[in-house]
This record gives sequence, C-alpha cells and structure tokens, in this order.
Amino acid sequence: MAVSVAPAAPAPSAPASQAGPRARAGWLFILPNLVGVTLFTFVPLLSVVVLAFTDWNLVSGLGGIEFIGVDNFVHVVQDPTFWGSVGRTIIYAGLSVPLTVASGLALSLALDRDIPGRGALRAMFFMPYIVSTVAVGMTWLMLMNPSAGVVNQFLAMLGLADLPGWFASSYWALPALIIIAIWSGLGYAAVIYLSALQDAPTDLYEAAEVDGAGPWRRFRTITWPSLLPTTVFLLVTLFIGTSQGFGLVALLTSGGPGDSTTVLPYYMYQTGFQFYRFGYAAAIGLVTFVGVLLLTLAMWRAQRGRALHD
Amino acid sequence: MTDTAVRPRPAAPAVPRTRRTPRQRRATRNRWLWAVPMWLLALAFLLPFAWMLSTSLKANADAFTVPMQWIPDPWRWDAFVEVLTGEGSIVPAFANSVVVAAVRVLGEVLTATMAGYAFARLHFRGRDKVFLAYLATSIIPAQLLLVPRFIYFQQLGLYDTLWALILPGMFTVLGTFLMRQFFVGQPAAFAEAARIDGANEWQIFWRLYLPMATPVMSALGILTFVWSWNDYETPLVLISSPEAYTLPLSLASFTDEQGAISANLTMAASVVSIIPVLIVFLVLQKRFVRALTHTGIK
Repeated sequence: MAVSVAPAAPAPSAPASQAGPRARAGWLFILPNLVGVTLFTFVPLLSVVVLAFTDWNLVSGLGGIEFIGVDNFVHVVQDPTFWGSVGRTIIYAGLSVPLTVASGLALSLALDRDIPGRGALRAMFFMPYIVSTVAVGMTWLMLMNPSAGVVNQFLAMLGLADLPGWFASSYWALPALIIIAIWSGLGYAAVIYLSALQDAPTDLYEAAEVDGAGPWRRFRTITWPSLLPTTVFLLVTLFIGTSQGFGLVALLTSGGPGDSTTVLPYYMYQTGFQFYRFGYAAAIGLVTFVGVLLLTLAMWRAQRGRALHD
Repeated sequence: MTDTAVRPRPAAPAVPRTRRTPRQRRATRNRWLWAVPMWLLALAFLLPFAWMLSTSLKANADAFTVPMQWIPDPWRWDAFVEVLTGEGSIVPAFANSVVVAAVRVLGEVLTATMAGYAFARLHFRGRDKVFLAYLATSIIPAQLLLVPRFIYFQQLGLYDTLWALILPGMFTVLGTFLMRQFFVGQPAAFAEAARIDGANEWQIFWRLYLPMATPVMSALGILTFVWSWNDYETPLVLISSPEAYTLPLSLASFTDEQGAISANLTMAASVVSIIPVLIVFLVLQKRFVRALTHTGIK
C-alpha cells in the first residue's frame, strides 16, 4: 500500500543518447505545469524568504521595501505574542492530532468486521471531513452557544451545574476548537486505518489465536506494529495541517477572547493581512514552517529507528 | 494501496435457513450486537447536521429555544427563500464557486496529467533536476505562500478577482505527483511498440496512456473539486468585494448583520452549500476514498 505523499526518488535517468524529438516532447509536456508552478509557487516561495529580511507594509508601496537583515527574526524570538502562539499551537495540535488519530484507530477497529451497513457507517463518520470548514464551524458555533446551545443543554441535562462558556470564554475557546477538529478529522483517520487494516497479516492472527493469544495481545503484537507506518503518516499529515490552518480560528474567534486562540498561523495571518506587516508575517511563517519541518523529520526518524528494531 | 478500501467480504456459505448451527446463530447475533451501537454512535455523530437542517427550516427566533426543538414547529421555508432570492442571496457566490472549481479542476487535471506523464515516461535532460525542485516544494504549506501571492496579485491587478483563486490552483505540484505515481506503474512496452510503428509522442500519450489514466484523473478531479469548493483561507485573503465572494465567504458573512448571527439563514445557506459536495461524495465514494488514501491531500 502506498499512503505516502511523495515518491521516494526520481526514476532512474535515461541513457544520454535520447536527445531529439523525445527530449523536446518531454519539455513541452511539462511546460504548462512548470510555467504555472514557477509563477505561483517557486517565485512566491523565494519571495517569502526575501520578504522575511525586509520591513515592508502595504501603504509604503513597492518602493518602500527596506532591507533590515535578520531584524525580523530577532524580533520574532523576542516577541511574547509569538511564543504565546507557539504554546497555544502546541496545545491545539498536540491534543487534537493524537486524539483524532486514536479515536480514528478505535473506530476503524470497530468497523473492520462484517457488520450490516458497514459502508454506510464509514461514509457517515467520514462526512464531517468533506464538508466545508465554514459550514461546520458555523454549526458548531451555534451548538456551543453558552446559554441556549444544544451542547450546554445536553450537559445541563446530565446534571452539570458549571457549564462551559465555549467561544465566549478564554478558558474554553481552545478546547472548543479542539473538539471541532477531532469531530472533523476522525472519520478521515478511520478511513486511512481501514485501508491499512486490509494489509494486516491475517495468517498471523490465526496462528496467534491457535497459540491462545487474547485479543489485546493480538492487537499489541500484530495489529499495532503493522499499523505503525500509517499511524506516523496520519500524525505527520494531520500535524502539518493543524499547525498551518487558520480558517476555523479566523471564522469563529479571531484569535480571542483576548488572545486565547491566537495560534501561530492565525498570528501570521493577522500580522500580514490585518496589520499589513508583510516582512514580519513572512518571518513568522518561515520560522513556523521550519519548526514544523524539524518536528516532522524527528517523527519520521523515530519511526524509522523503531521499524529497524522490529 | 492495491484495492478498494472496502475489504471484499467472503461470500456467505449457502446454508439453508432452517438448519443453522448454534455457532452460526451466535455469529449472526454478534454481528448485530456490534452493529446496533455503531449505528447509534454514527447517528449521534451526525447530530450537528441534523441541527443544521432543522434550524434551516425554523423561524430565527426558534433556533435557540430551551429545551431545544429538533423538529421545526412550525415548518418554514422562509430561510431558503431568503438565502436564494433575498438581498444577500448566495446564488452569485454559488456561481463563483462553480466557476472557480470547474476551471481549477480542468486546468489542474490537464497540466498535471501531462507533466506527470513526462516525469514518469519521457526522458529528457534536466528532468530529474526539475523533479527535485517539485519534490522540495511539495512540503511547503499553502499558507506560507499567501503573503507573496497577495502582493503579486495586487500588483498584477488580479487581487479581488476570481483569477486569484483559479490560477494557483490550476498548476499544482501534488497533482503532478499523483499522476506521475500512476504513470510510473504503467508498462513502457506500449510506447516502444508505438514508436516503432511511427507514432509521435503526443499520439502515444493521447491514444495509449491517457485512456488508462482516466480513473486517476477523475480521482484527482474529485479531490480538487472538494478542496476548491470548501477553501476558505485563500478567498479570505485574496477576495474583498462581495461580488467576487465564493460560497465559504458568503456563508461566513451571515454573521455580520449588526453583529448578530442569523441562525436560520446561515444554516439554510450551509445546507445549500454542502449539497454539491455531498452528491459528489455519495456518488463517487469509492473513488474518492481511494484517491484520499493515495495522496493524503485534503
């Protein structure tokens, strides 16, 4: 199975003799895509790097670009709002991603058997994932209305006296976002796990059952190791997605109340598109990206190390 | 991934209904013992959608009643009428979303298929270097590129037009990867034979390889459609005037009437906005899931 985003390495090179029409054809085939990717991805990427070393706001026009060396990065390191955002991003991603993956795994194990309507069940759990952030966000905003929302009415029915204020409270706003993220993503995790479970070594199960291994032991010694690459894949992709997205925050809380939901990507969005400090926004974006990249690499390596051990 | 995401169920042994062993009876009972709680869980999981639908059919004043009202009373279509034909109608935004999604899907599938084919099946000097550049950018999050894209589109006069949403989406690295991955797995022998018969490279691509690729192309198209349809962050940054709003922006704008949210209008607009994605998903579910497990693109 291939749950990987990128192929590992380019295909082997052709013999050097193949010039002529085939070579020209190759360039012609990639040309439309290459021109577009160059204009809308490569050039903006280089620009972000350059911008991060400048002080520029929209008002001063293109002529107002001023190179200031590493000042932006120095500023980032000393910026308490930046570090606060780092902390909130770690809480947000660090809770929502593992919980999404764990509940997705549990769901996939529950669905990985012959039960009536299995396909329909899978589709139902998957549905929140394909619906737009805005439709989902607006619905949850109303469900989590502190005084008359469905969620709090339900909690009150359970006898809870001290009801959470959700998006109106600086303590509960981030947990509310985490709940929405888990609800949206767990069907996706389950679907990916279900397709990985197809490749689980079935013959080993039978052997283990004959040897008297109980379900927990079978899960721990056979299923879990065979799902490890999928788990890492999910952790990595969801972590990258969660630590870069600002849509839900921009829609529901604008980083508030106070700055209780100002996560890193939202801080970048705010710096760039509300205060128009493009140079500083670029620096925040770059630092975030490099940080996420390093964490991701560490996760891959940890997995590789463990895979070699097994 | 080699097959569909659904594990093929072993064919049930043809046993006459009257003579079932205790073991089989137990197995049937176990199936239902699992199914009932799973179905209840799934229904509870979808309650937010039930609330969305129910609220869209209520008067705004009935949205936040205590206790909650799951079945609208009275049943009203006003919100849908208002959302479709009223002053803040979402129909223009719906049309914008259709245009953006359609052009993006066509453009991306075409350019990614051609490029993916060339990266996989044609040999030319510099290919591997270009591919490495693609690989390196594949991990760049789109959000990082929003600032420079904003500046460029403003300089080019494309800011606040649908082109700002369409153009970057037409030429993608991830789409190219998906297509390349497919073509790498296809035999080279057809092309060699066709070359000997005098076919040119375009004919080989168009007549031989493209027809094989249609399932993957449609998978890419579906993913791009859903992604484009739901995208909120890009238009939030690159669009400002209501005439150029796509659906997600338009949905979010129901919040800002005197600071109060109009619950029934927002929910009616949400219902309308998710219908196309829901149809695509329900009709093409298998292909959709396969594409997703293949790429991890949302």
